[in-house]
Amino acid sequence: MSDLRYVYAVCSPLGAPLGADLAGVGGAAPRTVHHAGLTAMVSDVPADQFSESALRRHLENLDWLAETARAHDTVIAALAKVTSPVPLRLATVFRDDSGVRAMLETEADRLRASLTRIHERVEWGVKVYVEEEQAEPTAAPRGGSGAADHGGRSRLSGSSLATGSGRDYLRRRRAERAGRDEVWRRAETFAQRLHDQLSLHADETRLHAPQSPELTRAAGRNVLNAAYLVHRSASDAFAEQVDARKDEQPGLRVELTGPWAAYSFSRQPEERSDTTQPSAGDTP
Amino acid sequence: MGPASSFPDSPLGGGSSGANLADILERVLDKGIVIAGDIRINLLDIELLTIKLRLIVASVDKAKEMGIDWWEHDPALSSGARHKELAEENAELKRRLAALESGDAHEALDTARRREPRHE
Repeated sequence: MSDLRYVYAVCSPLGAPLGADLAGVGGAAPRTVHHAGLTAMVSDVPADQFSESALRRHLENLDWLAETARAHDTVIAALAKVTSPVPLRLATVFRDDSGVRAMLETEADRLRASLTRIHERVEWGVKVYVEEEQAEPTAAPRGGSGAADHGGRSRLSGSSLATGSGRDYLRRRRAERAGRDEVWRRAETFAQRLHDQLSLHADETRLHAPQSPELTRAAGRNVLNAAYLVHRSASDAFAEQVDARKDEQPGLRVELTGPWAAYSFSRQPEERSDTTQPSAGDTP
Repeated sequence: MGPASSFPDSPLGGGSSGANLADILERVLDKGIVIAGDIRINLLDIELLTIKLRLIVASVDKAKEMGIDWWEHDPALSSGARHKELAEENAELKRRLAALESGDAHEALDTARRREPRHE
């Protein structure tokens, strides 16, 4: 038998099976492997795609990676609807079911500790963006291209046309720069306060590095990228907190994603090199 | 969104914004619990590192300029001694990403292979 076992997540034994139409990595339906009181969600994957050398090659391929990442997350998201799974990192692969069972046995303590910590909890993602038009200079007529700009100029007001001198241009640029700095300051203050407030409603929080606009294609500059571990029963209240503040500051956009499986909280705190404790969490 | 990449019944679309690929990659590559499988593959050995860093590289300069620097306290990203090294890595990665994005993946990968492993 040449198929390998791709493991998505580990959870407590499920009360009901996942939907039969769920497709995992490589299109195969995920199934469960039980051992040591734990359940692993696995798919059979072809060895020619998931052997070490093949994986190494495929992971360099952005399309393959994107598709695999989405499939990995789709299975975990489906699982997260019925339980609180511990997500495994992408591309955790075993030779056969007994390899999966051996892993459940050796990792049992660590997995149980994680399951206990995230029990009945989900992860919410909150990002704050500075809208780019707030941060970028407003269109200034460029010298030397009068003829080309002719059509556009007809839309400009009389006062814009009158401010054509070099000194005025520099003054305008200075004002724009000052305005930009002000926007960033406001963004930072808002992000900090929002994070402090949301931390009060979360059991744990993590601050991730901001995402690159080149990758996300999201409009604006990401200044807060945080994850919050929230009890399911507190999730509605958490989302409402975000909603209540999202239009508070013009030029700043607040984005809520989730509920996710507790990806950012699956490792033990001491295993997480990038754990950031919320300041609010330190006080009882 | 095409049928192959949509989330027909996913809670991820339930927030005020759907899950984008960056959110998913950030989580599945970097956040899940790390368990050694039978197939030994260290994601950090792979060019995949560039994907992970793509999530942050382009934002770092701007954010630092703004004084938003909480990941400075993050030893995995940039603590003390690693700081300069990280800046150099970022510059290198930006070059390779530019190559990757211009479709010249071979050049980027060749550059990567020539580099010495940084970690013990």
